[in-house]
Amino acid sequence: MTQATEEKKPPNIDIYKAWCKACGICVAFCPTGALARDETGSPYVKDPEKCAKCGLCELRCPDFAITVHEKKERQARGGQ
Amino acid sequence: MEEFTKLIHKYLRHDKKFPHVWCPGCGIGIMLGALIRAIDRIGYEKDEVVLVSGIGCSGRLPVYVDFNTLHTTHGRALTFATGIKLAKPGLKVIVVMGDGDAVAIGGNHFIHAARRNIDLTAIILNNSVYGMTGGQYSPTTPFGMRSTTTMYTNIEHAFKISELAVTAGAAFVGRGTVYHAKLLDGLMEKAFLKQGFSVVEVIAHCHTQYGKLNRLGGPVEMLQWQRDHAVTVESAARMKPEEMEDKFLIGVLADRDLPVYTEQYERIRQRAKAGQGKDA
Repeated sequence: MTQATEEKKPPNIDIYKAWCKACGICVAFCPTGALARDETGSPYVKDPEKCAKCGLCELRCPDFAITVHEKKERQARGGQ
Repeated sequence: MEEFTKLIHKYLRHDKKFPHVWCPGCGIGIMLGALIRAIDRIGYEKDEVVLVSGIGCSGRLPVYVDFNTLHTTHGRALTFATGIKLAKPGLKVIVVMGDGDAVAIGGNHFIHAARRNIDLTAIILNNSVYGMTGGQYSPTTPFGMRSTTTMYTNIEHAFKISELAVTAGAAFVGRGTVYHAKLLDGLMEKAFLKQGFSVVEVIAHCHTQYGKLNRLGGPVEMLQWQRDHAVTVESAARMKPEEMEDKFLIGVLADRDLPVYTEQYERIRQRAKAGQGKDA
């Protein structure tokens, strides 16, 4: 936990609107709820502080339209 | 753009029309990401890789990536790939097919490519339906489900592609889902590195046709279904058979070393060239 607090800088999440088709996958499977959908269904970063920088949204985006900058290193994330 | 997205952009053909042609939330996009990440991790040059596809939604995939690509006729992707591999054994030949392409129209090619153990990688996107042509049932449509040609429910039983490949003699068989994107990355990497016929079955969803007709919801609900019904080979070993009833296995289903067709063929060529005769 100490490591997490040391590195607590809100990440920079880029959503490339021109390629996004608003399918909702990134929002539905965000483990911390940092993302949300607006009234048109498009994703936006609701709470950047909540982002765990896991990069799952980026992995699962079928349109390569979302990017999380300064992701943590694999070891720091623990688990898998 | 950073890390994953950055490297994906390295391999995309930016003169093509983006966003791509697939429906919002389609699993083919997620599979394409996994494919590119696996190729990048191994470090193949763009010119070293040949991507061959047949017809269908998945047939559009090679259009978007900057490798040697070939878009062939329906069900015949494996035959074109066999020709490429025999003519240029140094190339890494990857075949991307849909379920209709691989086990319906190209079913015979598939089992014989596996039997021959020719050094190809077949990536089969199994979305249980013919998506592009209008949602007709395919050999992987589960029993009792609806499609536009089985409106009174499907009375046939679905092919299990991975199990078929294991029986037919493929050297490597793995099954993943588009929900488990990280596992899929790893499976593809293992399949590419394997000498011999390697198969990766990718369980995906077609919410536009199959999902809509069977009221399974959108891409999110169908991904949740994959999450809830996929069991890794490791966890399945600890589960009772009755718990596995409505589940399917993901992970490496077969990994074995068998004589590879391309190597054997080369040996015969060398022997014939040296004039050693048939008995040597």
